[in-house]
Amino acid sequence: MAKQYETVIGLEVHVELATKTKIFCGCSTAFGAAPNAHTCPVCTGMPGSLPVLNKQVVEYAMAVGLATNCQIHQFCKFDRKNYFYPDNPQNYQISQLYLPICHDGFVEVETSAGTRRIGIHEIHMEEDAGKLIHDEWEDCSLVDYNRSGVPLIEIVSEPDMRSAEEVIAYLEKLRLIIQYLGASDCKLQEGSMRADVNLSVREVGTETFGTRTEMKNLNSFKAIARAIDGERERQIERLEEGKPVIQETRRWDDNKEYSYPMRSKEDAHDYRYFPDPDLVPILISDEWLQEVKDRQPELRTEKLERYKKEFDIPAYDAGIITESKRMADIFEETTALCKKPKKVSNWLMGETLRLLKEENREPETLDFSPANLAKLIELAEAGTINQTVAKEVFEQIFHQDVDPEAYVEEHGLKTVNDEGALRSVVESVIASNPQSVSDYKGGKEKALGFLVGQTMKAMKGKANPAAVNAMLRELLA
Amino acid sequence: MQITELTALELGRKIKEKEISVREALDASYQKIEAADGELNSFVTLDKEEAYARADEVQAGIADGSITGPLAGVPTAIKDNICTEGLRTTCSSKILYNFVPTYQAEVIRNMEKAGAVILGKTNMDEFAMGSTTETSAFGPTKNPWNTNHVPGGSSGGSSVAVAAGEAPYALGSDTGGSIRQPSSFCGVVGMKPTYGTVSRYGLIAYGSSLDQIGPIAKDVSDCAAILEMIASHDKKDSTSVARSDYDFTSALVDDVKGLRVGIPSDYLGEGLDDEVRKAVLDAADVLRQKGALVEEFDLSLVEYAIPAYYVIASAEASSNLARFDGVKYGYRSEQYEGLHNMYKKSRSEGFGEEVKRRIMLGSFVLSSGYYDAYYLKALRTKALIKQSFDRAFEKYDVILAPASPSTAPELGKSLSDPLKMYLGDIYTISVNLAGLPGISEPCCLDSQGLPIGVQMIGDCFHEKAIIRAAYAFEQARGRFLTPKITGRDCMADKQKMTKQRNGCPDAAPSGAGEAPTAEIPAGDQCVQNGTDAKEGE
Repeated sequence: MAKQYETVIGLEVHVELATKTKIFCGCSTAFGAAPNAHTCPVCTGMPGSLPVLNKQVVEYAMAVGLATNCQIHQFCKFDRKNYFYPDNPQNYQISQLYLPICHDGFVEVETSAGTRRIGIHEIHMEEDAGKLIHDEWEDCSLVDYNRSGVPLIEIVSEPDMRSAEEVIAYLEKLRLIIQYLGASDCKLQEGSMRADVNLSVREVGTETFGTRTEMKNLNSFKAIARAIDGERERQIERLEEGKPVIQETRRWDDNKEYSYPMRSKEDAHDYRYFPDPDLVPILISDEWLQEVKDRQPELRTEKLERYKKEFDIPAYDAGIITESKRMADIFEETTALCKKPKKVSNWLMGETLRLLKEENREPETLDFSPANLAKLIELAEAGTINQTVAKEVFEQIFHQDVDPEAYVEEHGLKTVNDEGALRSVVESVIASNPQSVSDYKGGKEKALGFLVGQTMKAMKGKANPAAVNAMLRELLA
Repeated sequence: MQITELTALELGRKIKEKEISVREALDASYQKIEAADGELNSFVTLDKEEAYARADEVQAGIADGSITGPLAGVPTAIKDNICTEGLRTTCSSKILYNFVPTYQAEVIRNMEKAGAVILGKTNMDEFAMGSTTETSAFGPTKNPWNTNHVPGGSSGGSSVAVAAGEAPYALGSDTGGSIRQPSSFCGVVGMKPTYGTVSRYGLIAYGSSLDQIGPIAKDVSDCAAILEMIASHDKKDSTSVARSDYDFTSALVDDVKGLRVGIPSDYLGEGLDDEVRKAVLDAADVLRQKGALVEEFDLSLVEYAIPAYYVIASAEASSNLARFDGVKYGYRSEQYEGLHNMYKKSRSEGFGEEVKRRIMLGSFVLSSGYYDAYYLKALRTKALIKQSFDRAFEKYDVILAPASPSTAPELGKSLSDPLKMYLGDIYTISVNLAGLPGISEPCCLDSQGLPIGVQMIGDCFHEKAIIRAAYAFEQARGRFLTPKITGRDCMADKQKMTKQRNGCPDAAPSGAGEAPTAEIPAGDQCVQNGTDAKEGE
């Protein structure tokens, strides 16, 4: 009988924090500037320059730690990690080794096998490196230090995951928590969230861990899932062939769906960590910690609980809406304005999700104002516009955040409620469709639908279909 | 009295009273430099053109009252490890031979506000590593009292510039005695302030947790006035301390009645030169006669200071000096294959022997498996040394000590035995480990005619106690002698005068004690580099 293997996975997740300025200087963290536009003597490692810690970085790190049930080291330090590479202007990275800010936490994730608890070993703060650009044509390398000194936190999990499904659930959970905290936008494609996967396999029932490899270059959840399956297969294959797994760092090639060795344990660096003497230890007072605790926003689990109590919407809808902090914010703000949670939920679950999917966009990118959605709901409720018109107007809100009242007015989309005008149109429709009239009178209900449609067409959609229906029945009775 | 014999405060007063113009003060300094520096080699770079332009600005500022302060218009010399915007800053290393900072060190900004005029940058031991100013890539600096002797180090250039009258005052930096020891060898006053008093922003780091910038001057009053000018709380330096009191000159009082002075008996034992011991005890007598309460005591742990210092300073240096890699600025080897070879060759060729020795030592003590045994143990020792000083300062206001076991050794005698050279730092090093303020002032000459210095050490933030004690001693001693520079024909060495603002070193620095193997790139190339660096502000 073939051996049964178990996969053991731990993650190192780097998250770029949403501060306006860098971790140790006042340079902007904005994305997409000209090379080296956002640099100064500090983030280019000029001789004699000194780092000064950005307080917001500590607060974001604390907030993420608290939200993931971590302990906070109220006395923590920065250490230097020494290695030579040109993207690292001082040839050391300021990071935390000996006393990371957060430790011993966990998150709970929902998987097909039920709720699983994933341990968090530690969260530490550090600076990002610059970017090297290799110019093959000119045969030279250029370096851009705009990213140098951008604040990161690294979230190191325990080796508690056993499948790609758990890994993705864990990452989704972290992303959601961090987005809810506003600590980062967590975009994998843009690199503001990056995950390195440590993976080993062992025979089911074994107590000890197998030899692990670390995989880098994983740019999407799908790539991570593929890389886990691919690496698992590769390691099992080696073991089956009687070859050992080598402890090494490997680079995942998502096109070839295979990982390639980058460096082995033998040429692993000795980083010669030691406390950075340019930075004083960080002392987090009980008061400061409490302030950060008090400012913690409501996270998703708590939000779901509250929605259940406050709003009469299906649990399924609440689940979808709270999957994005942005969507949940829109839901709550709109509901506060129009007091119709079910209607708001319908717009979000229906048209909003449809348009997002059509345009391949994330809910976090939603940028219309809750006030306009609330107005639209009120217009539709009051019968000022009918459902078809409402959908048309919503698309305008979704794309250009138009004011629905002004838009309806400007384009003459109001439902006609003038009974006299409606009556004359209905009469002319009856006169010009004798066949349908006789079908209806002969008992074919469907024919009435056709007549309603004809009337709506003649009214350019501005009639209230229920009113048209009623008037037709009355005149044909 | 000649202009170059005046103290900085005396010159400042005469400038204020329009007896002497700022230009005349500059003329006097540059004439002295021209006459003496060929022999002494205290400067690495001169900044003549800019200095005269600046002199006119400061003169106008004094006239319209926008620049006040007792040192306005007084020329000064800056140790070459303090960044000066647009003015080459080399750390006396080949690896920074063409480095022109794009920004000003915080101390320089403070000095600019006070109307200082910079003459140029002074020679030093490469990256401040050394006790003789012989490890400079620009050749050794010589002691003006006897040019066959070293001036001490690492701030040898600054001490000599002041002793020889080339500069009315200078800035040095002190990591393990680098201000106090050369000051004692050259017969001038040098002071290391409490760690955190003077901003390190712009000081090219050697041992970050120990480095402190401080004044070198002709007397204690100058030192106090300079410290008052340069000390500040700087938010750009996380280790800078907001002090409640930045007034140091008010301690210039000739009164030590009741001052409690302790002399560590562990400092007076084996290894201390008899003449130096006598000088220190004589100085103690002077204070005693003035009413101070002087006694000997056991400081303890003295023998652990040197190993702890060399572990901590070298560890920090190995990381601090990693940025000098030939990638962004400074020296890059001309022949290399690939990135790692470029790093290796640039650093092998760019750093001198002593610097390489300390980088290797520092990398070793931080490496995996040795960190606890060396680095952590050294940190614990440092904490214990601080505790033994804390106990001493419960009993004493000032600790009186030698500055160095002997007077200035002869040139070429120290580097051959680095361990012996390290032992020479025994009286100064603990002060850095404990973060304390210390001042060294000359008391007399030894039988060879070389100055002997005495050191006074205070508790953290108690600069005033040592300023008061040093000032009282100075009043009893009287104005100190000035050296008669006995050199060969100085003007024959014309090339020294081509030390220009952004230019290349006139002589290719080849690293101390090494055969000149690698050539410095051609002159026009590095001038161009300098210009680039300036435009990149």
